[in-house]
Amino acid sequence: MKKLPLYISILLLLVTAGMIPFACSKNESGRTDDLPALQPDKTDLDAGSWKPILLTSANEFPVSTPVATTTPEYIAQLNEIKSWQASLTDNERNIVKYWSAGAVLRWNEILRELVAKHNLPPYQNDDGTYPVPNASNPLAYPQFPFANPPYAARAYAYVSAAQYDALVAAHYYKKLFNRPAPYKVDATINTLVPQTDLPSYPSEDAVVVGAAVEMLKLLFPGDQDLIQQKAEEHKRARIIAGANVRSDIEAGEALGKAVAQKFVARARTDRAGAAGGTQADWTKFETDCMARGETPWYSQELPKRPPMLPMFGKVKAFLFDSLTAISLRPGPPPLTGSAKMKEETDEILKLVNDDSRENYRIVHFWADGVGTSTPPGHWDAIAAEDFIKQHYSEVRWARNMALLNMALMDAAIVCWDAKFFYFNPRPSQMNPKIKTLTGLPNFPSYISGHSTFSGAAATVLSHLVPGRAGAYDAMAREASLSRMLAGIHYRADCEMGLECGKNIGNYAVQRAKTDGAGD
Amino acid sequence: MTKFWKACFQCCLALFILLAALVPAAAQTEIDGIMMTKNNFCVGPMYGYSSWKSYWEGTRKRENLNLGRVSTEMFSVMGNYGISNKLNILFAVPYIKTKASAGTLHGVEGIQDGSLWVKWMPIEKSIGKGNLTAYGIAGVSAPLSNYVADFLPLSIGLRSKSLSLRVMGDYQVGKIFVTASGTYIFRDNIKIDRDAYYTTEMHYTNKVSMPDALSFNLRTGYRYANLIAEAVLDNWTTLGGFDITRNNMPFPSNRMNATRLGVNMKYELNIPRGLSIVASGNYVIAGRNVGQATTVNGGLFYIINFNKKQPTTTSPKQSQP
Repeated sequence: MKKLPLYISILLLLVTAGMIPFACSKNESGRTDDLPALQPDKTDLDAGSWKPILLTSANEFPVSTPVATTTPEYIAQLNEIKSWQASLTDNERNIVKYWSAGAVLRWNEILRELVAKHNLPPYQNDDGTYPVPNASNPLAYPQFPFANPPYAARAYAYVSAAQYDALVAAHYYKKLFNRPAPYKVDATINTLVPQTDLPSYPSEDAVVVGAAVEMLKLLFPGDQDLIQQKAEEHKRARIIAGANVRSDIEAGEALGKAVAQKFVARARTDRAGAAGGTQADWTKFETDCMARGETPWYSQELPKRPPMLPMFGKVKAFLFDSLTAISLRPGPPPLTGSAKMKEETDEILKLVNDDSRENYRIVHFWADGVGTSTPPGHWDAIAAEDFIKQHYSEVRWARNMALLNMALMDAAIVCWDAKFFYFNPRPSQMNPKIKTLTGLPNFPSYISGHSTFSGAAATVLSHLVPGRAGAYDAMAREASLSRMLAGIHYRADCEMGLECGKNIGNYAVQRAKTDGAGD
Repeated sequence: MTKFWKACFQCCLALFILLAALVPAAAQTEIDGIMMTKNNFCVGPMYGYSSWKSYWEGTRKRENLNLGRVSTEMFSVMGNYGISNKLNILFAVPYIKTKASAGTLHGVEGIQDGSLWVKWMPIEKSIGKGNLTAYGIAGVSAPLSNYVADFLPLSIGLRSKSLSLRVMGDYQVGKIFVTASGTYIFRDNIKIDRDAYYTTEMHYTNKVSMPDALSFNLRTGYRYANLIAEAVLDNWTTLGGFDITRNNMPFPSNRMNATRLGVNMKYELNIPRGLSIVASGNYVIAGRNVGQATTVNGGLFYIINFNKKQPTTTSPKQSQP
């Protein structure tokens, strides 16, 4: 017994030693925290001739001729870089490293973060109604916006498309003015990022910043502190890195903002502002559905919540006109009273009763529900992590993200149109025994949003990165299946959603084939 | 001469499915001031039912009509073996089942985290009219199945492997005792099925950093002959983590805190010898990011004596007045 304290002391010592690594490895790093600097395989110098989305031409907005690199003004700007570089802090180096991974990439990540932060349905009022976020008072509860999937899809599309057009314009002027990068003018400038032959005026990073900041004022008006801080950091990183002089940055930011203004004007009139609908609209969906002899959808939330953005199907698409949008609407789902519907409902009951661990994995990996960046954000993450390996120029990054996100937004439009045209009940409404493996979305069932988004995204990405086509197809199918396994969609919703999504994706593929960017 | 049986008592409360899955189940180590005698093994089943309707979303108290009442059932086996009179080993293996009474969310069930503790009593002395003992307890816990952590409030646990270190003192005068203990719980990071999540910022990873926790436990009551009856006050404080945002879902790395008040009872039967009945109940009186749970537990324990020579060895600790 006398040996015992010693024995225990040793045990405790071992245990304590064992937990030190434990205690030190608390912070988990993200997959894109430590990326190498973007080093494009091609400069895409001629991208000024690529087809813009809203701009009438690449030089629609003027950019003034830059000062010559021999002027005192320019030399003063070189000295600004040198004075930063004379005493670099670790924080400054970290900022340079972070932003060097890619401007379009980083702003896409920031946007996904804003979406996730704001993807929260408002809490009910005492009388059982629900408050609606107010864009002119974004910080009051419920904060503006409620970044649900349609809202998010539209946000990703506008930011990406504005950045693309801004970069097309920037490349036009880069080629026109052909002002070299500061390190080409003065060999004593250090470069903390890879050098490029691309002319540096106006700065491609700054146009991305300008376009993003301007769009985000509209889309996330309550988060200006974060957005402005990131914008300042990004611009400073380019100067510290020796990649741009101040006039490159200022011209780029101004151009980005000007181009984005055109997208802001479009966004103000794209009918998204009325997508919430009114009580009269909500009632009409129900009565129209009953008039067809069908069981209408109803909200299974308590208290009953008005459906999510029921008029989003009327929003102006990027890739096609409103008549085409309606023509993309799939045929009807099985009638609610039919044997086929019963069969499909029974299938879902069987699936949820067999809730294996693998089913949970699939459901939760793809759930992208409350508090996440939504399915479009998930597909942006998938795309971004593949694009990183492609070593695109910034303009090609923007073009490909724009193609993807315009397809995702238009998928939201066509999908929401179908959902409210058919107003089909969820499986758990048809059979309350069906319990869901993730949160039940508060809008009609047919067709599945996840399936439509995924079909569209996989189609666009397969065109852009053909080597991954098989993987994208498998991911889209799994995302689609996840909604059946979760108990929130029927097979018909998912199969038709995937097909409809592919049709929408093909519009983006058609655009990609003819926009002058090549592969 | 049978007082050592009481060692079986609290190991049941040990494993706590604290607050119906909103607070970590594991790492409530063995926390009573009693040791199992050498070569005695106490083992038995335990059942627990815990439920809540109200919960704290951050510091704001609310109900959720889409969950109704969230309930957790626990079926477990626990045991305590006396390696010596001063050194015990304890274990617990629970099976958990959760359910929401309203809304559409699917309940979950499965084997949760197994726990193993080493309990050591280095100090035992008479002070004044009473008897003071001091303990050091080290415990580990780890998931015994691949259950889902990121489905709160219906997940059966948080999946975090933990290491807990507890110091405890017990003082008994006559039939009345007081036990106080404090525990530091190191919690390992976990992996979830998602590959990105938002806390107060975005994380592009499936790994979640889990904050450590502190726990305090104070109990006092009657301990004599066949009966123990006591009141318990305990507190669990998560050292970090974030609050559930308005109308959001809970997340494993939330700052989950809870203070509970409860009572425990144990009665040992004279016939059959070696069998005891335990029952307990408690209620969360204050919390943060947890359900305001009411919990009841009941169990049966049986002592198997492996001492061939001395059928009922007296625990040196339990020299009762």
